[in-house]
Amino acid sequence: MTENQSKVNENNQCNVCNTVTPFIKELCQTYLPQKDNLISMLNEVQEKFGYIPVEAQKGLSEYLQIPMAEIYGVITFYSRFTLEPKGKYTISVCLGTACFVKGSQKIMDRLTQKLGIEAGQTTEDGLFSIDETRCVGACGLAPVFTVNGEVHGRATVKMLDEVIDQLLAEEKASQ
Amino acid sequence: MKTLEEIHQIRTQKRKELELRTNAKADTREKHILVCHGTGCTSSKSPQIIENFRAILAEKGITHVRVIQTGCFGLCAKGPIVIIRPEDTFYSNVKPEDCEEIIQTHILEGNRVERLLCKDVDGSKVNRLDELAFYQKQERRALKNCGLIDPENIDEYIAFDGYLALERILREGISPEEVIDIIKKSGLRGRGGAGFPTGKKWELTKINEADQKYVVCNADEGDPGAFMDRSILEGDPHAVLEAMIIAGYAIGATKGFIYVRAEYPIAVHRFQIAINQAREYGILGKEILESHFDFDVEIRLGAGAFVCGEETALLESIEGKRGQPRVKPPYPAEKGLWGKPTLINNVETLANIAQIILKGPEWFSSIGTEGSKGTKVFALGGNVNNIGLVEVPMGTTLREIVYDIGGGIPGGRDFKAAQTGGPSGGCIPKEHLDIPIDYESIKTIGSMMGSGGLIVMDDTKCMVSLAKFYLEFTVSESCGKCTPCRIGTKRMLELLEKLCSGEGTELDLYKLEKLAINIQKSSICGLGQSAPNPVISTMKYFREEFREHAIAKECKTAECKALAKITIDPEKCKGCGLCQKGCPVQAIDGEAREKRVINQDKCIKCGTCLVSCPFHAIS
Repeated sequence: MTENQSKVNENNQCNVCNTVTPFIKELCQTYLPQKDNLISMLNEVQEKFGYIPVEAQKGLSEYLQIPMAEIYGVITFYSRFTLEPKGKYTISVCLGTACFVKGSQKIMDRLTQKLGIEAGQTTEDGLFSIDETRCVGACGLAPVFTVNGEVHGRATVKMLDEVIDQLLAEEKASQ
Repeated sequence: MKTLEEIHQIRTQKRKELELRTNAKADTREKHILVCHGTGCTSSKSPQIIENFRAILAEKGITHVRVIQTGCFGLCAKGPIVIIRPEDTFYSNVKPEDCEEIIQTHILEGNRVERLLCKDVDGSKVNRLDELAFYQKQERRALKNCGLIDPENIDEYIAFDGYLALERILREGISPEEVIDIIKKSGLRGRGGAGFPTGKKWELTKINEADQKYVVCNADEGDPGAFMDRSILEGDPHAVLEAMIIAGYAIGATKGFIYVRAEYPIAVHRFQIAINQAREYGILGKEILESHFDFDVEIRLGAGAFVCGEETALLESIEGKRGQPRVKPPYPAEKGLWGKPTLINNVETLANIAQIILKGPEWFSSIGTEGSKGTKVFALGGNVNNIGLVEVPMGTTLREIVYDIGGGIPGGRDFKAAQTGGPSGGCIPKEHLDIPIDYESIKTIGSMMGSGGLIVMDDTKCMVSLAKFYLEFTVSESCGKCTPCRIGTKRMLELLEKLCSGEGTELDLYKLEKLAINIQKSSICGLGQSAPNPVISTMKYFREEFREHAIAKECKTAECKALAKITIDPEKCKGCGLCQKGCPVQAIDGEAREKRVINQDKCIKCGTCLVSCPFHAIS
């Protein structure tokens, strides 16, 4: 890592610190310092930042009087919580039974092939993340995939290609 | 805060106002446009439809028509669904841009929009909702308000006898023992899967004395492909809330929790609204309905762990910990949340409670079978025409559900199997299509009722790869606490992967079965004990298919890619040779302008030839 890059990284991290700490403070005002509030608070952090920054873990640890190791244990247990930042677009393919029976594995295969990453990973440019989800409840539209929560139903490989190509084109245009 | 008198007034007044919802001949000029606002229809833009309708009505100055967002009508495959009452006209697959035409033609000119009328499976147009074959054999009890009322409006719930059961109990001095007795007499059993008698559970929690007890509603519907509980919470949240209060009264608890998956944002949102409204009306909180009973409810969100549907794991999660199951006994009725006696009921179970109190246990037990009373809601999905939510009397046969209600298999294909109970259940093959669906019968053939996921599979599905799919699920969801589940299911998955990739042997089949039985016997919780079920049941009914994978290295459905045989149809082949040119391993034989043949020994199943053939002769 060159000196410049490390400086950039430091700056980025500080940006996160700057937003995480006030957010945690705010959160502590809405929740009582009871241990059973941990998961609800983590859900809010995940929702806000797309992952759970270590600063947030520290903040919650102090407020709720729970050791960091235990918080780490909880975060890694639940699939909704992640420790790494997600890409700008999170594409989730439903691998619930109803979608699986209708061929969602093919959609997932195409997606990992097209983006060159596995489920749970993020592309190097930070643009795309792939998730596998179990049932978003839109079984009537199976198979489905979602892009940042927006559902694309009765999905085909072709439709997936079009959606990704369009996002790439939009990104290119905005640069 | 509303007085009892005010609530009575709301009931009478609203009931009159909403008569046109249930009576097609209601004498009124008013019309209600009901738009489904469940997750399925929301995903296909129903909120936009509601907005468009409202904008157009406002623009045209039409005041006798109201647009109402409702819960799920059940027929999710035809969504978004719009129903106009009182005439009960049923429009399906409506798009936001169709709103203008519906208002103009239907509302203003009084003619139906023919092109949007819902079509039945046989292609005939359906004028009214209840004409659909889909609804003929259904009996909507737990779902009675879904699609009828606006779930975000407590007044509409009250109009259809909402909170009347609670009022009777609290105001007419029905004792907790009597309430439990009514539930016991009704024969209601837990709808979450195991089917434990609900009244008995209430009684067990009641007899344990403690300074604090809890009522917990299990809404952690983790079975992939199941969405019954979600639809009830989205369509009729007050019914669940009312039942929780009644349960609290019966067992002597003053505090309740509902544990919902965070993946169900609409359900969470609606339930929170329901809680707020009930508090405002004095139905939740201190001195409920002017009585001396206090009860309050809080929402707790899950965070994506299937095992948290297991009751003790759920309790751990509510306490803010990793959701790992506890060793039973002690059961939650004795030591539950924070060590206090806790009653845990599933959403659908609770949705039946208020009606049992109002209409009596005999009403409830009048339908169903000997050991299973009432109705059961199923989320019908997979290879079936009418995908959606169905509620049938216990004892309805699988054939009726798949063919009469579900409208059969698309593309005229054959039924191969149906999976009930999700990753904990088993599959039911064709020869058992006439089995009545109830707790006992379904167990005798190696499956389980489960929470109500019902996935239909046609003859293009490979059962070995299905078993592998479920094991993948269990492996990733195993909490890791006990060894048989953590390591055993992983080993089972490896054996299935071997079979699917053509490296399996007959010995692997034997190992798979033995391991499955050991895991069943030695795991701590329900998830582990039932994890091998999909493998055991598919091996029981589709043994031949497993043997084909292991011995002949063949997958007839070609779903297991490594075992698929690529062949050229000599009838369609024109001898162009394009496939030969593209083949990376020279596995295609044949001279110029002759029909080509694939040399199976050389073929690596890369699929290049499949794409290159202009005559679709290769499959």
